[in-house]
Amino acid sequence: MCVTCGCSADENGVKILHVHPAHNHTHDHDHTHEHGHHHHHHTHEHGHNHSHSHDHHHHPEKTVLELERDILQKNDISAARNRGYLEAKNIFALNLVSSPGSGKTTLLETTLKALHDELSCYVIEGDQQTTQDAQRIAETGAPVLQINTGKGCHLDADMVQKAIRELNPKNDSVLFIENVGNLVCPAMFDLGESERIVIMSITEGEDKPIKYPDMFQSAQVCLINKMDLLPYLNFDLEKAKEYALQVNPNLQFIEVSATTSEGMSQWYDWLKNKVQEATTGL
Amino acid sequence: MHELSIVLSIVDIAQQETQKANAQSVEQIELEIGDLAGVEMEALEFAWSSAVKNTVLENAQKFIHRISAEARCLDCEHQFTLTAVYDACPKCGSYFRDILQGQEMKVKSLTLNT
Repeated sequence: MCVTCGCSADENGVKILHVHPAHNHTHDHDHTHEHGHHHHHHTHEHGHNHSHSHDHHHHPEKTVLELERDILQKNDISAARNRGYLEAKNIFALNLVSSPGSGKTTLLETTLKALHDELSCYVIEGDQQTTQDAQRIAETGAPVLQINTGKGCHLDADMVQKAIRELNPKNDSVLFIENVGNLVCPAMFDLGESERIVIMSITEGEDKPIKYPDMFQSAQVCLINKMDLLPYLNFDLEKAKEYALQVNPNLQFIEVSATTSEGMSQWYDWLKNKVQEATTGL
Repeated sequence: MHELSIVLSIVDIAQQETQKANAQSVEQIELEIGDLAGVEMEALEFAWSSAVKNTVLENAQKFIHRISAEARCLDCEHQFTLTAVYDACPKCGSYFRDILQGQEMKVKSLTLNT
């Protein structure tokens, strides 16, 4: 329960929270995600319909519907709507995906601080619980929203749509969406992003790309983070890239260290270039 | 466990279609799931058993058609079956390929009790 406005949220539902740097409290606007309610919605209909049945001699009739419907069609439609909205406002949106602990949040913090004067940036943070990441981002001065997915293992396009509406990013800006740390599930859920960035850190095994191929296949850029630790690890960088290219021969690599800023300028250049393309339509 | 989201989306589709057709429940549902769709079958079954409770799918018979993954090499045009998304072309060794099928995730048909 939020002491400021009195709103409360379903403990297991999805929550979208405003996080501000100075004050140590969050507004909780109870945007419970509809997935949590599926079991309850339609339960009453069946019983009622039975009472209208007039013919008890016949077996119930059967109708076969040849649907051929994509299971994730609803998400894909929401994603397309997000994409249209973002494109119309010239907002360049990135979906940052990785395993937990690859340094996504640190990378974002460093990026936001470095580009503060050049780009107008907004952030949506996705985590199962806590507003800790959003708190860190808020300290950089960037407007940020936290989505807590509860038990959910990924963000979906509907959650992002609600968050975008709350965040209301202005035209010609950059929207970073930090997905839930998970290399499996977020791969299938298009959020409407312009580009998907997979972050891999060299403290992980170099075979991550072939162990979790879907994520590497669906990304356009692979940021290889924690490069400052290379001398201390037995990480085979070339092998890692080779594996990733087997999964996605078009993948582009940028080697960085978010803590020492090594290689970060290459990432900023890529980003600024993309923003320019988005805003000039080239 | 995105399989739970997948099952919930299937339940959504089934509820919607059942309501649209003024039907009572689903007797049979046919799904098409590609070998490279990223769906773990055990997880899907596990999610299914709890997610369909109190829905039109509760007593539905479920058939899952698996679709093999086929690709065409972009370098030599050879068509081949993929066992993993990172398989190279067996003919020329290229990793540039078009995945032709095997990533499907569809509700193929519903048989409704009206």
